[in-house]
Order: sequence, then C-alpha cells, then structure tokens
Amino acid sequence: MPMTITEKILARAAGRDAVEPGDLIMARVDFCLGNDITAPVAIDEFEKAGFDSVFDPDRIALIPDHFTPNKDIKTAQLVKQMREFSARHGITHFYDVGRVGVEHALLPEMGLVGPGDVVIGADSHTCTYGALGAFATGVGSTDLAGAMATGQVWFRVPESLKFVFDGELSPWVTGKDLILYTIGNIGVDGALYMAMEFAGSAISGLSIDSRFSIANMAIEAGGKNGIIAADATTRAYVEGRFQREPVYVESDAGAEYVHTHDWRAADVPLMVAKPHLPSNTQPAADLTGTRIDQVVIGSCTNGRIEDLRMAAEVLRGQKVHRDVRCIVIPATQAIWKQAMNEGLFDVFLDAEAVVSAPTCGPCLGGHMGILAEGERAVATTNRNFVGRMGHPGSEVYLAGPYVAAASAVAGHIATPEQIGTRRAA
Amino acid sequence: MSASAPNNEMGAVPGGSAVFAGHAWTFGRDVDTDLIIAARYLNMKTAEELAAHLMEDADPEFPQKVRPGDILVADENFGCGSSREHAPMAIKGAGIPVVIAKSFARIFYRNAFNTGLPILVAPEAVDGINEGDEVEVDLSTGRIRNLTSGATFEAEPLPSFMQELVAAGGLLPYLKGRGRG
Repeated sequence: MPMTITEKILARAAGRDAVEPGDLIMARVDFCLGNDITAPVAIDEFEKAGFDSVFDPDRIALIPDHFTPNKDIKTAQLVKQMREFSARHGITHFYDVGRVGVEHALLPEMGLVGPGDVVIGADSHTCTYGALGAFATGVGSTDLAGAMATGQVWFRVPESLKFVFDGELSPWVTGKDLILYTIGNIGVDGALYMAMEFAGSAISGLSIDSRFSIANMAIEAGGKNGIIAADATTRAYVEGRFQREPVYVESDAGAEYVHTHDWRAADVPLMVAKPHLPSNTQPAADLTGTRIDQVVIGSCTNGRIEDLRMAAEVLRGQKVHRDVRCIVIPATQAIWKQAMNEGLFDVFLDAEAVVSAPTCGPCLGGHMGILAEGERAVATTNRNFVGRMGHPGSEVYLAGPYVAAASAVAGHIATPEQIGTRRAA
Repeated sequence: MSASAPNNEMGAVPGGSAVFAGHAWTFGRDVDTDLIIAARYLNMKTAEELAAHLMEDADPEFPQKVRPGDILVADENFGCGSSREHAPMAIKGAGIPVVIAKSFARIFYRNAFNTGLPILVAPEAVDGINEGDEVEVDLSTGRIRNLTSGATFEAEPLPSFMQELVAAGGLLPYLKGRGRG
C-alpha cells in the first residue's frame, strides 16, 4: 500500500514494513533533545524513575537556550542541573554559553539531525527539522526522560495533510509568509494530530533557511510534524555536515491525504499574524496604521543567516524609528560570526538596532526584550499569545524579516515597498 | 489499579472507582500553555510553585479562587502551544483532578497521560456545563454528571494503549516494564 513520507519514516523506526494512520507504535529515536526549561524536569523524572544510564550519550542534546545567558539564580540552577547530568552521563552534545545557540538552528547546523531521522524534542518547535525530510516532533519532559533512558517513544501514526504551493513567489515573500498564510487558512487546530507535508514548485525553489521557517510553525496549526521531502537543496545542505548516513525518503504516488490544498504561490502576500493567535492573519500592507514599540528579529523561526541578510537589506542606510527598539538576535555562534564577517552588524548598528547574543530570550517573554503593558511588538518569532513577550496587556504581531525590518524603520507595520526599499539585484 | 502507581504523587491516575466531584471553571477555545502557566514562571519546576500562577494571565485572581477538587472545562484545542509539562504540573498542583474539553492539543494530550493528569474528551459535556456548576466525573466509566442541571454525558473512551499507560502508572513505569528496546 502506498505510504506518505511520514508513514515510511515511522514504519522504519518501528521495525515494520508498513504503518497506517491511527496505528500506535513504539519507535526507535535517532536523536532527542531538551532545553533549560524542559530538560531539568526530564532529568528529575529520569532519576525518580530509577534509570541509571542513557541509551546513547551521542544521540542526546541538552541545550540551555531559552534563558541563556542565565537570567536569574533560578535559571542558573536549572542549567547547572543540566551541566552536572551531562557530565555524569557523558552527554556529548551539551553546549554552554559561547557554544550554545537556539536549539532548532544549532542542531541542523551541526549536522546532528538529518534526512530520514526520527527526532523528538522536549520543545514544541522540534518540528523544524522536517525541513530536512526528517520526522521531528515536540513532546514533553517525561517523553524525553523515557527516550533518554530507552531510545524509544510511542506515537500514534498521524494522518497527513498536503500543502502544494506552485509557481513564482511575489517579491519579498518568504517561507514565513507561506506558513502564516497556511495557518491563517486552516486555523490553529486545522492540522491537529496530523502531519503537514509541503510540496510544489514554490517549495522546491526555497532555500533551506526558508524551509526551516515553514516546518518550524507546523505546531502553530496543531500539526504533529511538518515535512518537506529532501531534494538537491537539502542534499547540498546536509552533505559534509550531517554526522550520520542520511536516509532519503519521499511519499509514494497514490499515498493518502486527508486533504490536499493546492495554492498559487503568487497569491500569497507579505503576511502578519495579529494578536493573539498565529491564525489571525492579514496582509502586512493593510496594517500600516498599527504603531509599534519594539521589533525582534531572531528565534528558531527566523534567526538564521538568510533572515539577517533580509533584515539588513531593508535596514541598510536607514535608521530605526526613534520610538522603536530593534533587537537582532543571530540564532547561533556560527550565524553570529558569519553575519559579522558579511558586514551585517555594521548595517544594524548604523541603523541603531542592537545585536544580542544567541538566545530564545524575548520570543517566550524570558528576557532580553520584555514588553510593558500596552506595548506592541513586531517579531519574526512564532507565537503571539496573550503575554507571550511580556505583560499580559502587551501585543505581538508575527511577521517575516522583511516586514519586521521595514516596520522598525517606519515605526508602524510596513512592507519594504512602503518604506521605499529597492530590491537588491 | 492506580494504587501502586510509583510515579504519581498526586494519586491522580484514572482507574478503579475514581469518582471526583467539584465546581467547574469554564474556558473558551485555544487555551494555550502560556496562558496556563506563563513563561516568566518557567524558572521553577515544582507543582506547588507553578500552581500559584495557574491561569494567571487569563484571570490574575484565579490561583486564589480555584479550590482543590475543582474541575477545568474548556472548548476546543486546550493546551495548544509549547511543550511545557509545567502546564499539567500546575493544574495538578492546584488539586484539579480532571480536565474536560472538546479537544486537546497533541503535546498537552501526551503530557497529561505521561504524567497522570486525567483528561476527558467530551464535547457535549462542555456545552452542557456552566461556570460554577457542580460536576461529578467517574473516570472508570467516562460518565460525567452535571449535578446542578441533572444532565449526564459520556466522554470518548480511551484508546487501549492509553489505558495501558494509565494502568502502568504513567510512561516511565510503562517503559521500565517493557525493558530496554
């Protein structure tokens, strides 16, 4: 029977020839991860359950990225617990300040996750790695504890939804706009428990960074995973980088989908998701009356080098509006160095934006850019729930890097065209 | 069958003759985990500490108003957003024995079963319960009675795998029982 890419990867991990939606399976985990919020709880559960060793110290990443550099004594204690656990069990991939980056940018960059993998992470945006043709999904701390101990995790095999974007993208439109468009169309539980498979000529034409932005936000539609079959772009990214053997998988012809959305890429404008749900979308060009106080450019959704280049393209020769704080957060040390070497920091600093150390920080209202009551931010992040970036009376508008940078200059939501940015050749 | 559950200090594993009765707190759809427990409190990780801030951004007085034994009732997609297990921990910490909703977001659903917070999918019950109603829940049968109105509802039955997890006392005892893969 024909299977989808998600079904094929899960069948292999369950040691079966075939699976179908609804099957409950125990799957082998190729890689698992936790962060400074979720790993300490997982460590507590691991120890309370009486496990004394991990299944494979090379296949676990413990990444203290959310409150890094430690924002207070309590978070310092959490990271200390991770550091000590990592030392005790010989965990290879524990990264502290100076080496750490935002987990879902860091792991692919280091080649720790790749095509054909089953990856679980105690972080909902673990679905990011689906951009490489992996099955990757977010779980809780107890699931992580179980995986660290046994290398296994239970899954209900998900039904699949297919999203086909064909044709050329409009100017300035990126992967972020495609995923906001998708979530706006199907709603925050439109893909509940399901796999979201993205395909079509517009997806094939996207860079790997733009694909990460798409897979990253599958969870914001309730999806179990987002996935894009590996192609030449993926191979070019993983070759010489991925530390294990890639397994290239694609959906069979005739595989079953609950629904297939066929969309023209050209119909997708620059998008913004208004408070307080990622599905509350509207074209950015319609929101020019919305004044803002802060812009955040970074996160596991849009903190990669392509995102920083896009922001710099708009900010070059401009000044951030006097009423706006603009915070740029390269997602990893490698991205930070590359941005610096490409001269992007000159652009940001000349524009009077600030460049932060890699951290999740403000995205989840952790630190490094918290909003006061009544303040409004445009952020390239992934969630705009009540209180997400600070005071419960503050607001977050989600957008891609072009709109975020243009809004920083304008002092209100704006597109690059609206502030007169000329397209680089 | 919950009597020997080693991993659930709250003793809240469904099974046997677990019947709870309490007052209902009702919420709308898409209650996200930031609303259940805001990230500014995620530098803590005990149920007691977290319970002191449960649903604070929805209602700053909620942690003071909610009483042990009270029941949460919500519309669709309860627990959407982040993977934080702190959300079910905070709910358990407040002494809430069960959450009833029209549907649950998937990571919250896993976390609830893995950690032993009983949750029931019962769309008709959600429509038939008002805030403050006294509600009785029998976890062994999935029967929900609104004692205020007299109406009775049935929750969707648990898949057999979930029943095995519950019977084992949560995920980790279950995995230990299977031995290492």
